[in-house]
Amino acid sequence: MDLVLQLLFTGIGIGAVYALVALGFVLIFRATNVVNFAQGEFSMVAAYLMVVCAVDLELPYWLSFIIALAGMAVIGVIFNLGVYYPLRHRTYLPVIIATIGASILMANGVLALYGPQPQVLPGWFETPGIQLGPVYLDSQYLLIIVVTIALVIFNYWFFEHTMIGKKLQATSQDKEMASLLGISVSTMIMITFIYSAVLGGLAGLLVAPILFVSIQMGSTIALKAFAATIIGGFGDVAGAIIGGLALGIIETFGAAYISVPYKDGFAFLVLVLFLVFRPQGIFGERVAEKA
Amino acid sequence: MSTSSENIDAVVITRPKPLLLRHAPYFIGAAIVVFLASSMQFDGYILNILMQATTFAIAVFGLSVVLGLCGQINLAQAAFFGFGAYAVGIGTTDYQLSYWLCLVAGCVMALIAGAVLGLSTLRLGGHYLAMVTISFQQIVTLVMINAIWLTKGPDGVSKIGRPSLFLSSQSYLAFCVAMLALVGYIVWHLPETRLGRAMRAVRDNELAAGVNGIDVFRTKVYAFAISAVLGGLGGGLFAGGFAYISPDQFSFAESIVFLTMSLLGGVASPIGSAIGTGLLILIPEWLRFLKSVPGLYLAIYGLSVILIIRFMPDGIWGFVTAAYDRMRSSKKVAVTSAPLQLKPAATGGDMVLEVTGLSKHFGGLKAVDEVDIAVRRGGVHALIGPNGSGKTTTLNVLSGLYNATSGKVVLDGTDVTTMPPHLRAAAGLGRTFQNIRLFRSMTALENVIIGAERPGNTLTGKGDEAALTERALAALTFVGLGPRAMELISSFSYGHQRLIEIARALAANPTLLLLDEPAAGLNSTEKLELHELLKRIAAQGLTILIIDHDMTLVSEAAQHITVLNFGRRIADGESMAVLRHPDVVSAYLGTD
Repeated sequence: MDLVLQLLFTGIGIGAVYALVALGFVLIFRATNVVNFAQGEFSMVAAYLMVVCAVDLELPYWLSFIIALAGMAVIGVIFNLGVYYPLRHRTYLPVIIATIGASILMANGVLALYGPQPQVLPGWFETPGIQLGPVYLDSQYLLIIVVTIALVIFNYWFFEHTMIGKKLQATSQDKEMASLLGISVSTMIMITFIYSAVLGGLAGLLVAPILFVSIQMGSTIALKAFAATIIGGFGDVAGAIIGGLALGIIETFGAAYISVPYKDGFAFLVLVLFLVFRPQGIFGERVAEKA
Repeated sequence: MSTSSENIDAVVITRPKPLLLRHAPYFIGAAIVVFLASSMQFDGYILNILMQATTFAIAVFGLSVVLGLCGQINLAQAAFFGFGAYAVGIGTTDYQLSYWLCLVAGCVMALIAGAVLGLSTLRLGGHYLAMVTISFQQIVTLVMINAIWLTKGPDGVSKIGRPSLFLSSQSYLAFCVAMLALVGYIVWHLPETRLGRAMRAVRDNELAAGVNGIDVFRTKVYAFAISAVLGGLGGGLFAGGFAYISPDQFSFAESIVFLTMSLLGGVASPIGSAIGTGLLILIPEWLRFLKSVPGLYLAIYGLSVILIIRFMPDGIWGFVTAAYDRMRSSKKVAVTSAPLQLKPAATGGDMVLEVTGLSKHFGGLKAVDEVDIAVRRGGVHALIGPNGSGKTTTLNVLSGLYNATSGKVVLDGTDVTTMPPHLRAAAGLGRTFQNIRLFRSMTALENVIIGAERPGNTLTGKGDEAALTERALAALTFVGLGPRAMELISSFSYGHQRLIEIARALAANPTLLLLDEPAAGLNSTEKLELHELLKRIAAQGLTILIIDHDMTLVSEAAQHITVLNFGRRIADGESMAVLRHPDVVSAYLGTD
């Protein structure tokens, strides 16, 4: 029982990271109808920025954190202008191929610049964690969970209670109508990319002290996050979060009780089960193209 | 339309010569290349490069089928390549099996994996397929590295055997080149076969493909499975050629290399695939110094993908052919075909279409609510109503694009309520769309041939190329566009594109034709021509159910009118009586 609680805690912590990246997926998907296959690389790039600032340049942790997130905002702008925007009038296929190209470029660009050696990033807190009854609460996992909860609340407030959030929603529902109402669609899409890049970056910064900072971390996280969005229901914000948490828990238990080397395979198995038996996910409706 | 007789090329659509004769030059050329590969003395380095290029090209041909022809993405081609390679590798070493058996087993394994992956994912959107193939690729890599008892893990498999017939590297290369030529031939001619046309139709417009009788899902699964098999075949040949394989040769990065090869050369054609493969194998050899920095190569590949997609979406070969097409003006076609025949089937009773209690709800919105429609055989029946009254939704439910929430649809005596669109087309339903849905990369003729290919069409004789072409030409001539049959869709005006869509539906010889606002966007001359066309269609006994806003057209063409408002039927009966009905007048003009 103690082990179960411990695994549950760890699973929720990892799942929260998947949920954050999945949220980035969903926001871009809703704004542009395109899945951004480079979403996971945002996490990887942010983690490397953090390593450069906090470890190599020995800047204060909080300052490095801010620099890394600001860097992600810039990357969001470049990504939109270089990858999505020129192709916005094409069908989805060229766009996803371009985002896959961008993902390869980012991962291997970092590899070429920084080398293949995985890096270690210390956690935010000096205290490694606290013992709560039978469960040991690692401070970094606690941080992840707290930040994720805060972000979900912020996300809700931002989209439901601010003008800019409502404009973003209007854009994602009907671009033509939104532009007729005087909303600048290209600005809204730009904001979405910046926000998603920062979200993905934040997830990377939070998870980096738990994992090694490596070139592969982006694609691993992206696959889990995508599986999370399908499990939750494609394009659904709540679904992405629930799906991410569920996946984190499944994976942690799978690694503990079934097999460690195939840990990354469980996400795929769950994904295929959902695709076959419930492709619309837990919350989603099946989306049909309009005739 | 002015068609001066001197620029009509009288021999455009000739009877095709026997296939073997037409394609003889290809086989003679291939034989010469195979002979050269077997007889020229290469040094080991050149031999290796040729071997790699040949086997990779087969896998890239697979991508040109699934991505180029069918528009579906496959990001696991290296995994399928690995299936073939490991089957040959493990089979010929650990189990001492015959090379041929292993090669076939590898292809079959790739086929099964591809089919299962396709069957579980291809009903869903393309994003799912992209992500699932990436996941699959990662899993295969995980297994190759970790299942050491089977794959020998990261050490790889060495001392892989070759068939006794082709033991020397030179003769094995010649064998691979021969296989490449064979596969190239198949992939080259696939677009002109029924399956290939279906794939292109699915790529261009899935909805239109479905209502024209193409089983969209099955077509995609076939394309995906063919791509997987070609991946497996290439991999099996690769393993024999290099005698050593290891997991990193079949990683996601390699799938991206295959994708880049395909995109660079031109995804739509095997010639493009061959060009792309050759370039991306040769260029890294010339620029070896770049390999000293890990990651730099793939970073350049990633950047190339973005740039190719943006600036040269059809690849090198697409670029060349487009320039060639611009120089060559489209030929006019001399129309000699017999006039179009329509012989609508008549197995049911007096009513061609009986719709009872049909409802379609979207969440709480009752877009169509308990509607009854009965369409009498041989007449023109109009479905009218104000904007948002549920007309187009009704048509979409009738043609199977939406599932009915409740109710029953009987077409010519057959209950089609739960059938998918392509089976309804096979049962005799034809339709056009309000927003024209043609296959944009094809000629007018090819569009209409797809219509003529409808399963259950009894008017295309043996269903061979000649009969289909004749039927399609007759349909295009019927709508007045016969001489322009060989032109691409983009060169036609909006009004003419509508006519092509109608011709596509007519070529299928439907039992019932659904026309969704055919007059929308037409000018007054074109509307008059459309009216004439409708009369000529009706004169041949084909039943028409038409939606339109043009009251003149509706009142003159239709004998019977059904009126919808807010998803409900508010009037039904003989045209003039319905149009004078007070409810109809108030629905259109409002009440005072």
